[in-house]
Amino acid sequence: MDNELEMAQGADETDTESEKKRKVVVPGEVIVTGEDYLPSDGARREGKNIVALRYGLAEESGRVVKVIPLFGAFVPRRGNVVIGRVTDITFYGWLIDIDSASSGFLPIEESPRFINKNEMDQFLAIGDVVAAKIWSVKQKGIDLSLKSNGLGKLEGGFIFRVIPSRIPRVIGREGSMISLIKEKTGCNITVGQNGWIWIKGESIDAQIKARQAIEFVADKVHLSGLTEKMEEWFSKS
Amino acid sequence: MMNVSNLSKNTLNEMFAANKRFDGRKITDFRKIEITYDVSNKAEGSARIKLGKTDVVVGVKLAPGTPYPDSLDKGNLMVSGDLLPLASPRFEHGPPGFNAIELPRLIDRAVRESGMIDLSKLVIKEGEKVWTVFIDIYPINDDGNLIDAAALATIAALKKAHIPSINEKGIVDYDKKADPLPLQKDIAPISFSFFKLGSSLILDPTREEEEACETRVTWGVSKMFGGYRINSCQKSGKQIITQAEIEKMMSLLPEKCDELNEKLKKLL
Amino acid sequence: MAKRSDGRKATEMRPMIAKVGVIPNADGSALFAFGKTIAIAAVYGPRLLHPQHMQDPAGAVLRCNYDLLSFSVSDRKKPGPSRRSQEISKVTEWALSPAVDLSQFPNTVIDVQIYILQADAGTRTAGINAASLALAQAGIPMRDLVCSVALGKLDKELVVDLTKEEEDQHDGEGATDFAIAKIANSDEFTLLQLDGKIAPEQVNEVMVLAKKAAEQIYEVQKKALKEAVE
Repeated sequence: MDNELEMAQGADETDTESEKKRKVVVPGEVIVTGEDYLPSDGARREGKNIVALRYGLAEESGRVVKVIPLFGAFVPRRGNVVIGRVTDITFYGWLIDIDSASSGFLPIEESPRFINKNEMDQFLAIGDVVAAKIWSVKQKGIDLSLKSNGLGKLEGGFIFRVIPSRIPRVIGREGSMISLIKEKTGCNITVGQNGWIWIKGESIDAQIKARQAIEFVADKVHLSGLTEKMEEWFSKS
Repeated sequence: MMNVSNLSKNTLNEMFAANKRFDGRKITDFRKIEITYDVSNKAEGSARIKLGKTDVVVGVKLAPGTPYPDSLDKGNLMVSGDLLPLASPRFEHGPPGFNAIELPRLIDRAVRESGMIDLSKLVIKEGEKVWTVFIDIYPINDDGNLIDAAALATIAALKKAHIPSINEKGIVDYDKKADPLPLQKDIAPISFSFFKLGSSLILDPTREEEEACETRVTWGVSKMFGGYRINSCQKSGKQIITQAEIEKMMSLLPEKCDELNEKLKKLL
Repeated sequence: MAKRSDGRKATEMRPMIAKVGVIPNADGSALFAFGKTIAIAAVYGPRLLHPQHMQDPAGAVLRCNYDLLSFSVSDRKKPGPSRRSQEISKVTEWALSPAVDLSQFPNTVIDVQIYILQADAGTRTAGINAASLALAQAGIPMRDLVCSVALGKLDKELVVDLTKEEEDQHDGEGATDFAIAKIANSDEFTLLQLDGKIAPEQVNEVMVLAKKAAEQIYEVQKKALKEAVE
């Protein structure tokens, strides 16, 4: 199940170290000094300095300075593709656990085709798994939709979790890493921004291998040379 | 934290039936065991176990107490513990849930019934004053199989424990060690929790595997009288266990007991 | 003054240990030790907060829980929260809140769990240092790290980082125990707790010593966070 959105949210590797400078910073630490810099995600301006708002990898891309988190819980954003588990069915839709601070809700109108009120559990039952898109993040909860390519109920295979902030490098630049893993294992893989990943393969061994490959990438903290490391990993096993 | 999904449960069922697991183990293999001591210099004995990523600390403390009326010539044993909220997104504050109550009770039965601690040697003044041995179990990270991990850490902590000094007035000096805790030689009640999914029985599950399983049977086993003796047993969960499954577990226990005893010898 | 019983100078701290990521299940976790006092902390969140009436639409609720493990002290502590641990839980929350930006996560909770494995005075301060690291590792937006230490007075002399033995001293004016926490790289104190007998001028001197001690703690914390990524 390929997904445009999952491609767009991939991480860039450092092919050339000079293009993007990265260093580990702690909250409150000065990243760079200068009036020209623009603080982005995870950074703020304090007088002449750009200061880290949180722990992670500080990245300078031209004038823009941001801090990429390395650990921590999933912070849901509109447009995120997430993988969740159905926990309840109400008159208006399905309650979906997306492993985040707010619960997810899939309104019956957001299913990909017309679903009758009395066949809701035939479409999605409690315990079933879906790949859905976050439509809106509100105080009372998160609204989900299945109206997009590559979304819907997931059948067969299994799901597992990695630290959400590692998802961009699991996807890779323009989806390169996840495509490599799919190719080498022959598995269907859907990656959720909330850290949950679905794998379905032809054989148990292929599924195990795909998971081990993803965990290998997710565990690495530094981003340089990941593609080579992954190719090497596949050739060894 | 998401509850186990239908599809993961089905996949794990298939995998276990094929004797396969995500980390490459067979269904009756244990993960890597690491034991360290001296978790707390204030304990009379303490140990920390890492069983894969499962991390449990156990501390042993002694304090003078009054003997129970039906065992005036024996010391007391009290096993407690808590599922600390720090160990898992699932554990919460407040009154202990069933799992928090069950774990120390299972360890208590295994230790007590095996007779590992020689309680008759813990009398200070017969009929009046005895030592109470407190064993406190705290998981630090729950990646499945807390019971078996806790049992191993308990054995390790007891083996390194000592009695504090006590003077004639009955005042304890915790800084001054007296004798080692009196233990029966070579008795170590190891715990084996079998988890059932479909028709597979697995050992030492990760948390993900444990949450997919439907029922658990925990056996406390030690070597004594020249063979093996089961000291305790508890089935937990709604599913049934068949006679054939019990026979299967009985056939596996001796070899598993030997295997873990070997590992323990090297670690202790 | 004569050297302290463990050989330290008056303003010398006990050797510190800091390590991040010690509890894989947690969103952030750390161990912090001052000499023989060892604290371990885990952060879970931001996550769902039940019951709903406890939710705060202005931001996340920071919920701290501190306790001693039963065998962390000589006289075994019965399991379960004591009044002391409840008070320390609250002051810990007040010590950490000003450093954390909770506004980004309305209606959620950030749970901070602190446990003491081994107690030799300064347990709440070790706990705050561990919690600060755990919050940082969890990616919670923070102005800066929080550094905490207990200073004091032995008879007439000001000292930094007391042991239990020192806290229990009765010679002369006895021991004064002053626990502080502050936001690193600033003049802002977030925890102030004092027991003993100390003149107002000496309190000012203590604050100066506190800043210096906090700088050392900050370096240890920063190093632990950077090493976790190597």
